[in-house]
Amino acid sequence: MNTQAQYLKAIYLVQDQSDGPASTGDVADLLDVSPASANEMIGKLEDRGLLEHEKYKGVDLTDKGIKQARDALQNYCIIERFLVEVLEVEEFRTEAKQLEGVIDETVAERLDTIIDREPQCPDCFSAEEDVCGLLETEAEVISD
Amino acid sequence: MSLQAPIASDHQLTRLLQIGVVLEEVVEARSHKHAQASDEPLDPAVAELLDHAVAESADHRQRLERLVEELNADTVPFDDIETLVEAQYETDEEFDGILYDQLCNEETAYKFYDDLIEAIETSEVEFSIDRERLLTVLKEIREEEAEGVEDVTELMEDHG
Repeated sequence: MNTQAQYLKAIYLVQDQSDGPASTGDVADLLDVSPASANEMIGKLEDRGLLEHEKYKGVDLTDKGIKQARDALQNYCIIERFLVEVLEVEEFRTEAKQLEGVIDETVAERLDTIIDREPQCPDCFSAEEDVCGLLETEAEVISD
Repeated sequence: MSLQAPIASDHQLTRLLQIGVVLEEVVEARSHKHAQASDEPLDPAVAELLDHAVAESADHRQRLERLVEELNADTVPFDDIETLVEAQYETDEEFDGILYDQLCNEETAYKFYDDLIEAIETSEVEFSIDRERLLTVLKEIREEEAEGVEDVTELMEDHG
């Protein structure tokens, strides 16, 4: 997943949690980058028609931005689920974050052919828990 | 969440190599399944392509497994992945579907190794495995995947 996709996913999740525009500070926090870096990338994404940025209000993804963000989130869900179901990784959240920059969407699609993923994905993703709401239950069962 | 793409540890490298092994196992199992699942006798050129894909994936997998072993880790056994592939496999694969799936397999593997090589090259971590040898193995495999993409594309054009 490239940097643009990771930003779109983060903005989508922050918007989901705040139920409105995402503050650039929250986006920077979630990505663990400086506010200056976040502002620079947000400017680029605005130029590409993926979001609208209003000073003092925050960032709103456009329809095009939402679609790309949801694809990125779905790829991330595939990585998490693959780590749990196939490789049986306990620290799957941490590892998924480390891997998402190296796992391209075409690779994620292939990994998707051997995992069980619910049709409502990525709507079942919990921004607060940072994991698929349905996977959480299964992960707990595995660790029991 | 991190925006760092380079690989920061032996552990991350191992995990990516393990994913590579699974990808090869998926290719091997799906190619094998394609060859078996067709009711009609397969076009000899397609049958040969699938045989070659099965053998090549098994070879790539074994080369990756040796690297993972050197990093003191295990990989997922082929039988486990074959079972997962079986469980999700669509039985009504058409001829074009088989070739298209093979193309996806080869392209995906190429992209995976390409990204992995780039991530290793941009990483400043000293791995416990020899970096040059690691990169040589991965680049050889990437080259073979690129040839695989060409082979499938040619076959698709011949049948187009």
